[in-house]
Amino acid sequence: MAKIVIDGREVEARSDVNLLQACLEAGEDLPYFCWHPELGSVGACRQCAVKQYANAEDTRGRIVMACMTPVTEGAIISVEDPEAKEFRGEVVEWLMTNHPHDCPVCEEGGECHLQDMTVMTGHRERRYRFDKRTHNNQDLGPFVKHEMNRCIACYRCVRFYRDYAGGQDLGVFASHNNVYFGRHESGTLESPFSGNLIEVCPTGVFTDKPFSKMYSRKWDMRGAPSVCSNCATGCNTIINERAGKVRRTLNRYNDEVNRYFLCDRGRFGHGWVNAPTRLRSAGYVINGDMTPVPAQAALDHFGKIAASGRLVGIGSPRASLESNYALRKLVGAGNFSTGMAEPEHSLVKLAVSLLAAGPARIATMHEMEQADGALILGEDVSATSPRMSLALRQIKRTAFNKAADQARVPHWMDASVRTLGQDTISPLFVVSPTVTDLDGFAQDAIRAMPEDAARLGFAIAHRIDASAPDVAGLSEAEAASASRIAEGLLAAEKPLLVSGLQYASAALLQATANIASALAARGKTPLISFVLPEANSMGLALMGGLSLDEIAAQTADATLIVLENDLSRRLDGAQFEALVGSAASLVVLDHSVTPTAIRSQVTFPSAAYSETDGTLVSAEGRAQRFLQVVYPDAPLQAGWRWIADMAQAAGLSHVQPWARLDDLIAEIAATMPVFARIPEAAPAADYELEGTPLRSQTHRVSGRTAIRANISVRDIPPPSSPDTPLHSTMEGSYSTDMPGTLIPFYQVPGWNSEQSLNRFQQEIGGKMRGGDCGVRLIDAAGGSGTFSSGIPEAFRARAGQVMLLPEARVFGTDEMSMMAQPIADRAAPAVVRVGGTVAEGARVRLSLGGEIFTVDAVSDPSLPEGVATCPPHMVSRSWSVPEWVSLEITAPAERVGTESAV
Amino acid sequence: MTGLNPEKQPLLALVDRETPLDPAGYDRKGGWRGLRRALGMSPAEIITEVTESKLRGRGGAGFSTGMKWSFVPKESSKERLKYIVANGDEMEPGTFKDRMLVEGNPLQLIEGMIISAYAIQARHGIIFLRGEYHLGLERLQQAVIQAREAGFLGENILGSGFDFDLHVHPSAGRYICGEETALITALEGRRANPRAKPPFPQIGGLWGAPTVVNNIETFSNIPHILANGTEWYLGLSACADGGTKLYGVSGRAKRPGVFELPLGTSLGVILNECAGGMQDGYKLRAFLPGGASTAFLGAEHADIIMDYPTPEKAGSRLGTGLAILLDDKTSPIGMIRNLEHFFAQESCGWCTPCRDGLPWVERLLIAIEEGRGTQEDIDRLHDAARLIGPMGRTFCAHAPGAIAPLASGLKMFAEDFQRMVSKPASGTAESGAAGQAA
Amino acid sequence: MSTAELTAQDAELPKDLVDTFIDMAAHEHHPRGAAIEALRLVQERFGWINDAHLAHTARILGMSQADLDGIATYFNLLFRKPVGKNVVMLCDSVSCYIMGAEQTRERLCRKLGVKMGETTPDGEFTVLPIVCLGHCDHAPAMLVGKDLFGPVRPEDIDGIIDDIRARKK
Ligand SMILES: Cc1cc2nc3c(=O)[nH]c(=O)nc-3n(C[C@H](O)[C@H](O)[C@H](O)COP(=O)(O)O)c2cc1C
Ligand code: SF4
Ligand code: FES
Repeated sequence: MAKIVIDGREVEARSDVNLLQACLEAGEDLPYFCWHPELGSVGACRQCAVKQYANAEDTRGRIVMACMTPVTEGAIISVEDPEAKEFRGEVVEWLMTNHPHDCPVCEEGGECHLQDMTVMTGHRERRYRFDKRTHNNQDLGPFVKHEMNRCIACYRCVRFYRDYAGGQDLGVFASHNNVYFGRHESGTLESPFSGNLIEVCPTGVFTDKPFSKMYSRKWDMRGAPSVCSNCATGCNTIINERAGKVRRTLNRYNDEVNRYFLCDRGRFGHGWVNAPTRLRSAGYVINGDMTPVPAQAALDHFGKIAASGRLVGIGSPRASLESNYALRKLVGAGNFSTGMAEPEHSLVKLAVSLLAAGPARIATMHEMEQADGALILGEDVSATSPRMSLALRQIKRTAFNKAADQARVPHWMDASVRTLGQDTISPLFVVSPTVTDLDGFAQDAIRAMPEDAARLGFAIAHRIDASAPDVAGLSEAEAASASRIAEGLLAAEKPLLVSGLQYASAALLQATANIASALAARGKTPLISFVLPEANSMGLALMGGLSLDEIAAQTADATLIVLENDLSRRLDGAQFEALVGSAASLVVLDHSVTPTAIRSQVTFPSAAYSETDGTLVSAEGRAQRFLQVVYPDAPLQAGWRWIADMAQAAGLSHVQPWARLDDLIAEIAATMPVFARIPEAAPAADYELEGTPLRSQTHRVSGRTAIRANISVRDIPPPSSPDTPLHSTMEGSYSTDMPGTLIPFYQVPGWNSEQSLNRFQQEIGGKMRGGDCGVRLIDAAGGSGTFSSGIPEAFRARAGQVMLLPEARVFGTDEMSMMAQPIADRAAPAVVRVGGTVAEGARVRLSLGGEIFTVDAVSDPSLPEGVATCPPHMVSRSWSVPEWVSLEITAPAERVGTESAV
Repeated sequence: MTGLNPEKQPLLALVDRETPLDPAGYDRKGGWRGLRRALGMSPAEIITEVTESKLRGRGGAGFSTGMKWSFVPKESSKERLKYIVANGDEMEPGTFKDRMLVEGNPLQLIEGMIISAYAIQARHGIIFLRGEYHLGLERLQQAVIQAREAGFLGENILGSGFDFDLHVHPSAGRYICGEETALITALEGRRANPRAKPPFPQIGGLWGAPTVVNNIETFSNIPHILANGTEWYLGLSACADGGTKLYGVSGRAKRPGVFELPLGTSLGVILNECAGGMQDGYKLRAFLPGGASTAFLGAEHADIIMDYPTPEKAGSRLGTGLAILLDDKTSPIGMIRNLEHFFAQESCGWCTPCRDGLPWVERLLIAIEEGRGTQEDIDRLHDAARLIGPMGRTFCAHAPGAIAPLASGLKMFAEDFQRMVSKPASGTAESGAAGQAA
Repeated sequence: MSTAELTAQDAELPKDLVDTFIDMAAHEHHPRGAAIEALRLVQERFGWINDAHLAHTARILGMSQADLDGIATYFNLLFRKPVGKNVVMLCDSVSCYIMGAEQTRERLCRKLGVKMGETTPDGEFTVLPIVCLGHCDHAPAMLVGKDLFGPVRPEDIDGIIDDIRARKK
């Protein structure tokens, strides 16, 4: 820390930051554009000018850019100095020479950093009287809108997209005041992080395209903190609602998890909650059609069915802990399934037990960014946990920072650090059967089939610590790789190990755990992470239950209750029929119409994550609460409420209705020790700040009654819910000290954009003033761990058969997000990639789960002969696990023939 | 050959713009002496000698060359990658000295670079040459090949154990490439925006490695310093700093051109004795002493000593040492408009004041020149000069360079400006040709 | 080959250029170090840099098209649009301005019947302004292809242009 003086006020400032950060942290209103808390300083916009004095005697001082000037002990600066103020005002005036004054029609209006900064500098009179330059806009695909005339050339977009996220297809073109930011030609932005441009751009050049189609001003929307449910990473989000519709998803800062950025699946994957595929009433399926019935009738019907026999419940790794718990309680632990089929069920359990028993701490994403040696073993993280891959890309930066330290350049001098670091070697190693997006950030990207990747992992462990079992029969190249990676990990202060379930290999998990144990044995403190399949996979594994395969033995003549789970994605046709067919009746609770729901006798519409509150446990073991933003019309309600209603209808008194979510949470915490801490995931519904509940709307909401004037002009009573601490109205408290888990939007006087976040943080990039987000439920056992010796045989190609591997995709292989139109539009068609060469235009016929599929084939020279990949769930609904298949390639000529015959 | 005295005009004495010398011919005329001597010295000794010679950079900023070299980490060329780069961008309007050196005696530059490379222990050299210098490029490329064949480049130069090679990198335009960090960025195949310091190029330059960038004229001095010693070199000059300087004039002089004279020669000598004075019928009204980015000095300074400190005291800079003459028949407003057009257009587009401030300045000047200006426009120009001009307001020195002639011109030609706006204004909204000029 | 014929874009660069680029890339510390020179060579061969050639060059140098085009559009001597057989660049910087370059420019434009930045309908000449050519002692200066002219007074224009026309025949 250092003492500095800002306009005569002495403040404590961190000594490893720049003056801009110090000023913001001291609560000053100092405007800026090109600086970004996560992207650092480059000194381009010249907006953050302050006066700096050499010493107490210096009266003249000198204008410096605060973002480019380090904090030094005793520094004396002035923000209020007239010369500095005049210069800042002029910078905005210069920026405005070409900025169209189109705020009324701009999607950024009301939450525009440029608007805020313009007001902050006091520039209000237009003196430039000449023409403005104009640009053409580009179509950047389904996610991001482009309006280049609004550009103020702060260079943030390319710095995020290229430097930070490693994207290649966004650039700067031309020069002087004609600089253009876009693609080299119109076309969909390729980076899966493109949506962050919307928040990174300080004005309205890049805006949210789906949002723009159902646009509302920031102040007119209700907000609620939420947790992304599109993968197991658990990124924190804010969801916005107006008139019962979810409008958009924004990033919510969690210093340990997603920090400033989301992936595009998370940002644009919410549309299914508004889609026509939603179930909005209870129903009976008659002749394959859903027929709405009154909720009470459906409940009565259920009561009759349930009275006649045993209940079996299938939970879901995409449903909340609370709903799963309620179902488990209803049917009894012995009749409860986690909703996962084999091998996923066992693998998730294995992953959790390895994490809990091993010596390595589960890495937060922020810790991943700072790792100085990392191995990704047999998982395409860029597809299975996109946001995590963005964190892993920063490992290269960690190496840059070391070079910067040598030249005594502070880490926040972003461009300088990149200059100095450009030749440093990244301490990241990737081992994967397929090419991954992270290869380009790695020192070594090694191609290996899952078995061979696992063997390599075991061999690495042995090379780190000889007491780990060795692997016989490695090739020379494999042995050399193993040694190199072992050395790389040993050289690191914070080595990180990442694997996952993509290739359904227990050996990969065990090999990774062995490396962790080996590192621990050598006195290192390794970090570990396993990518899990779904938002609550971890929660379900902790809760326990039978696999779908096991429960299948118990469903005969039972009443089968399926909670928010589409079994047709987990079981192949025959298994599905066997399970569903054997049950006396099928009852489905879900929020959307699925093939499973269509097979039910009774369906209950459950509330989506945006319409209820609940807890999810991320792959990090972090229990996090999502809060409702929509107050849905009856009969939609949380799954656990339906289950309580069902219990009552069936006269099952062991389940008594919970009045509030908090009661249920308390019960879970009390009865299941692993969940003892979930009440801490977020404050309870009776939370009050300064004696008042919190509000979820800004003070400025307009047209509250007008929006439903076509129905009624009466003011309707604000909706309420006993489950959420957020009031649905604009009455209530809101403060920068509110808990991070309860923040419905970021806004403070003068700061209407998401940049106001700095006011909510204890320090920029640090903890929230109102406390941590979520609570970690499991952690490493510590100690030195044990070694597994389940070393698999090396992969061997089979004559006449092809090993088909699942090709995970950011867009396409995930269930719910594909029901959101923008994601469906973004998803590339399914193809089978075949090792070796196939003719252009060829197709493959393959049999999966007893069904025959014909799919376009693409040759992939990076795959060995006898290996192919196929996106899970996109060709066959259920297929997702490596499998030997027979694969018949139809030549293009034949295809043309058959098509013309048709 | 020029017929100049190598003792008095070492830089130009061997310049031959028809057929430059080959390595053997250069040898016969006394070339390579500096290199031979240098290779027998230690790198540190060379740096000391160059520092003591008081050679200051000829690229415009005038920084001590020996001092600059001394900041480079001292590892040997085998232990660490380092670069030596010649700045031959020469795009400063009114400057045409480096072209003469590369076209007329490229080996002098190459020899200077080898010695410099040895002094900082760099193995790689690059000559960055502006793209329009086609003849210079041809001559340089040929000279590099010849020097390599003759054993002056490559491994184990002259049996010294020192390895060094260089190549020529032609630019593709953009004035900003002459700014040393932008030049480095251009060499990396990137948009040539300047870079922040630290790191200084001597610590983290090309590809992040230690790099020294010097002007072509600066390098061309090195062989002579090493060949003849510091004392001789200091004796060449007429002021406290060492050596001769390539001076010149353009504009309405009788014989505009480049002349090698003792550093510290007066403009009077340069203009009247070397360039033959003003053309008949033209009077000197003011001048930019050293290129477009230096401030105007009035005719009363016509005899000013052209060393480093004196023009600065008078409110300008020596710059490149090539003066641009404003005569009494040329419109000063037109000249300033022309200059600001150049600077606005050549802005790299990185920082706001330069990118967006200069085009506004240009448009105001067009409006005033065309009689559509107002008193407020003049005020706006003063504001711009005051706000953009001081160092540190913009990311690099391009914009302060742009403001130098504007700020000084506004003062010096205040009456001209006033006269142009005294007519009633013709409206407020501007569009059309003037508006689109940028 | 005229530039006009080239507007039907050749998708691939000729083999010798590809080899040169691969060679250059290998010699640079990083392949992208060869970017500007490679683009210069493409232009020297074809008169300008079309999209396909840009894309191919980018592939060879391991750069994205956006990255390389960001460079191509940055430097003013790289042309991303077709130009005439002779690119006439007239200095518009200060010494030439003082020495009457604006009059020379008017004469040049009138002679060719085009405005600055345009190409004559026969595809022979493109006229462009250029910054100081380092020929200020022979102002006004003009560069045609690789040939430097100066001083170019208005009355010299006809002769120079007619000469070039005659030479090309
Ligand atoms: C906008 C700008 C343009 C410059 N152009 C040149 C140039 O064309 N040639 C040059 O030698 N130096 C130029 N310089 C100066 C260089 O940045 C650098 O100071 C010089 O090359 C160092 O060499 P020296 O120490 O030998 O003078 C320019 C500086 C600025 C700010
Ligand atoms: S002053 Fe700024 S915009 Fe101008 S050339 Fe320098 S960095 Fe670029
Ligand atoms: S100003 Fe035209 S050549 Fe220098």
